[in-house]
Amino acid sequence: MQALYAQLLVGLINGSFYALLSLGLAVIFGMLNIINFAHGALYMMGAFCAYFLLNIAGIGYWPALIIAPIVVGIFGMILERTMLQWLTGLDHLYGLLLTFGIALIVQGVFQNYFGSSGLPYAIPDELRGGVNLGFMFLPIYRGWVVIFSLVVCLATWYLIEKTVLGANLRAATENPTLVRAFGINVPRMITLTYGLGVGLAALAGVLSAPINQVRPLMGADLIIVVFAVVVIGGMGSIMGSIITGFALGVIEGLTKYFYPEASNTVVFVLMVLVLLVKPTGLTGRAA
Amino acid sequence: MSAMTDDTLPVTPRAVRDEMIVFAAMAVLLGLVPMTGIYPFFVMQALCFALLACAFNLLIGYGGLLSFGHAMFLGTAGYCTAHALKVWGLPPELGILVGVVAAAALSVITGFISIRRQGIYFSMITLALSQLLYFIYLQAPFTHGEDGIQGIPQGYLFGIFNLAQPTVLYYVVLAGFLGGFLLIYRTINSPFGEVLKSIRENEQRAISLGYKTDQYKLLAFILSGTLAGFAGSLKVFVAQNASLTDVHWTMSGEIVLMTLVGGLGTVFGPVVGAFVIIAMQQYLAGFGQWVTVIQGVIFVACVLTFRRGIIGEIAHYLRRSL
Repeated sequence: MQALYAQLLVGLINGSFYALLSLGLAVIFGMLNIINFAHGALYMMGAFCAYFLLNIAGIGYWPALIIAPIVVGIFGMILERTMLQWLTGLDHLYGLLLTFGIALIVQGVFQNYFGSSGLPYAIPDELRGGVNLGFMFLPIYRGWVVIFSLVVCLATWYLIEKTVLGANLRAATENPTLVRAFGINVPRMITLTYGLGVGLAALAGVLSAPINQVRPLMGADLIIVVFAVVVIGGMGSIMGSIITGFALGVIEGLTKYFYPEASNTVVFVLMVLVLLVKPTGLTGRAA
Repeated sequence: MSAMTDDTLPVTPRAVRDEMIVFAAMAVLLGLVPMTGIYPFFVMQALCFALLACAFNLLIGYGGLLSFGHAMFLGTAGYCTAHALKVWGLPPELGILVGVVAAAALSVITGFISIRRQGIYFSMITLALSQLLYFIYLQAPFTHGEDGIQGIPQGYLFGIFNLAQPTVLYYVVLAGFLGGFLLIYRTINSPFGEVLKSIRENEQRAISLGYKTDQYKLLAFILSGTLAGFAGSLKVFVAQNASLTDVHWTMSGEIVLMTLVGGLGTVFGPVVGAFVIIAMQQYLAGFGQWVTVIQGVIFVACVLTFRRGIIGEIAHYLRRSL
């Protein structure tokens, strides 16, 4: 049973990353109508940013948790201003191709300087060790990742669904021209939205650095799984992305315990099943 | 062509004539390659990728479906052909048949699943499906995992043509490429191709006109996947191995890049794009990971400033369709 709980925990952690990344993808798709293929590369940049902060500037985990998403978010906003905004009005597929190119560039540059092997990033002192819960041993850092991700996801949901800013954002998603007529600066909102989505990816990167090591390709395979998560959940609902992300992480963890050979593929197989039964995804509207 | 009436074939006779001239010139030039002393291996490899890109282009350029998983057909046909040749000891023609049938079967299944969603979701689904196959091939014993299937015997095609001879192999690959190219060309100029284009332009309207668009898209997907598989089977004879790189998502990305560089939805664009990208990889092989960066830069540059691609720009300048 110990092993089962351990795999469940790993599943919850992966689920946290799926949730944070698919949430960002959904927010970006809502505003920009772009599927951000660079999301995995930006997640990786978040982890590297934390690594650089620690090893070059001596800045530790806690400040990095705030600084890295802001730095990578600004990088994302520069990308949006200089490239993505020129795609407005073009077919969706050009956004996918452009961000795929950006992902290749970012990953290639990092691979060139850091190879493909992982760089270690230590768990912060405050979160070392673990507690015995009676039925299992819980490493504190892992518990922290799950709870903190959940809080960030719910905060994002609250921001978009319950605040005035979020209401403006949703309105601009539906009808940008009309919202502009009300005097709201929609292009700036689009840039900030992209920054927010990218920041969430970078935050996931920082969180994963002590668990998965810092590697140039850490986001490359992850983003494909996240795409499958997005297809399963649909991008219509923020809460849907969060729940689907965590649920699929748990299912993956259970598969690792019961049938490890299929743990790499279970999310994709589930995607196929969902497409056969309910092609629009579990929460999505027809696209 | 003469049997077609104008209302079923909006392509003007002039454009068809232009395209035929370009096709003849391309066939003659490629036929002369072995006499020029150009490294035939390079051209053969480029021809396989050119056919692959043409098959991909059938889907995106004429059906409006961006597949980000075409490597799965390349890799599946490659593995099956390689296994049939090496383990079962089948002759080349049957080996190719095994690979093509496998790719066709795969495209029926994956097509049925992926055309259930449109646009951007279609791309994500094809990418996820090819990643699923990647993991299956990584674990399946017959693919030999990271090592791949190596040292594949080339044999005698139809018991006559010795494929171990580079010149013979070259003309066989060239014949395969030209045959595949003509099949695609015929498809896009047929009434079926016209319906595909109408679906790309306005699917709702095509449905309202009574076309079962899902069937058309599925058929285009199967045709594209099968031809991509044929390219994969031919590539086995050239490279004499089948490995995981052919199934990886980076390969799918390269296929997209070739077509984008040459010109999405142009007849000859994918061929030009394949030669440009393969040549680039050849010359830049010593730069390691920078090749990936350069490919990324080309992607970005093409999307931002050069969306018509090389052939698309030329055709636009000449006001012809190429």
